[in-house]
Amino acid sequence: MKKQTYEESIKKLEEIVQALEEGSKPLEETLKLFEEGTKLAAFCNSCLDNAEQKIVELSSLEQGEAADAE
Amino acid sequence: MNTPSVLSVGQLNAYIKSIIDGDINLNNVFVCGEISNFTDHYRTGHYYLTLKDETSSIKAVMFRTANQRLKFMPENGMNVITRGRISVFERDGQYQLYIDDMQPDGLGALNLAFEQLKNKLAAEGLFDQNRKKPIPKYPARIGVITSPTGAAVRDIFNILSRRFPLAEVVLCPVQVQGASAAPQIVDAINRFNAGSYADVLIVGRGGGSIEELWAFNEETVARAVAASKIPVISAVGHETDFTICDFVADLRAPTPSAAAELAVPESFEQKSYITSMKYRCGKAVQSEIQFQRAKLSRLKASPGLVSPVMIINTYRQKLDGYLTAMQAEFSAALSAGRSGLAVLSSKLDTLSPLKVLGRGYALAYSEGKLLHNASAVGTGSEVDVLLAKGRLFCTVKSVEK
Repeated sequence: MKKQTYEESIKKLEEIVQALEEGSKPLEETLKLFEEGTKLAAFCNSCLDNAEQKIVELSSLEQGEAADAE
Repeated sequence: MNTPSVLSVGQLNAYIKSIIDGDINLNNVFVCGEISNFTDHYRTGHYYLTLKDETSSIKAVMFRTANQRLKFMPENGMNVITRGRISVFERDGQYQLYIDDMQPDGLGALNLAFEQLKNKLAAEGLFDQNRKKPIPKYPARIGVITSPTGAAVRDIFNILSRRFPLAEVVLCPVQVQGASAAPQIVDAINRFNAGSYADVLIVGRGGGSIEELWAFNEETVARAVAASKIPVISAVGHETDFTICDFVADLRAPTPSAAAELAVPESFEQKSYITSMKYRCGKAVQSEIQFQRAKLSRLKASPGLVSPVMIINTYRQKLDGYLTAMQAEFSAALSAGRSGLAVLSSKLDTLSPLKVLGRGYALAYSEGKLLHNASAVGTGSEVDVLLAKGRLFCTVKSVEK
């Protein structure tokens, strides 16, 4: 299962905002979208709050992949 | 008396060569002039040319071992400064300039090389705006190709950490000047692309002279940047430094620090953005709920739901109205009929035989039959005369036909 990225989450949130503002959805779906939007916003915020910069060297990534392949 | 010696041509040429080779002034000369009759000998790679000024010219040659170090391509008409030696090509009895190094006069070899490469790649369309890829808005990984020492790399790391620590930084340390710089930069770009190890690349270095920045003007580096599938931000030197790498990259940053700022969003701004989106969601849901509530209220207040009797009464009222109207029409038709009848009755009345009798007329009967013709009776016949009032029993005295 692929971990959801910050990029995916914030883009999905933008889509939800647009859908809700269009106002063309039935009430039940509106509430579902709102809930999902709230979850995504929380996820994005926690990504930003908990982030610590990670610096790696290219060679270690290449070796890591080679090691995985073996 | 001395007889002059008779020399062969070969001996003469050899003698002249030795004199010229022996002249220390001619062993290392700097000569400037305009290039003409330039030939790049395709098989040997040697350059053959003539250097001339307004009044004179001299034949020159630059062997491949010397000319391959040139960063620019000599052309006819170009003014150059050369360094070399004068010697003699014995076979032809030709003295010529053997060039060891050549520089464009007035412009500088590197500047010229820069202009030539810039024009060449521009003509190929490598600088075209529509080739440039957009920089991803939320990169998960940022590739950095630069010297591992120095201010540039530190600035890049610090700014990335401050703005958006969420992005992982992948460093590929390289030489950024000297002969091995260009090949290492090319290799780094290729390696990042081979494994898709970054979403965006920052390629650059801190400030320096044109010679020090030269690796970023190399054709190999330019082509590697152009071919990179990963978007490239070029960050070479200071604001006023422009390199070929800058022109061909997807985005030019004036400095390495600026590159870091362009590569990522800012975390604090992002949080504001997320908050505003949450607010907009809330607002949208709120207005939707309000809308639905209002709709419900309207439905609840509608007469049909509030008082069904009212609706029925409305229909009753309508029905009464129709009945009244129908009755009125019927009466009207009736009286119209009646008055028509009255007219006919009075007409009939006028024509009634009784009315005729009333006006003084009489009806004569003989043997029960009504008489029209006097010839129907003779003298002495019995005739009954009917009057409006009463009857007369008569006998005919005489007849007039």
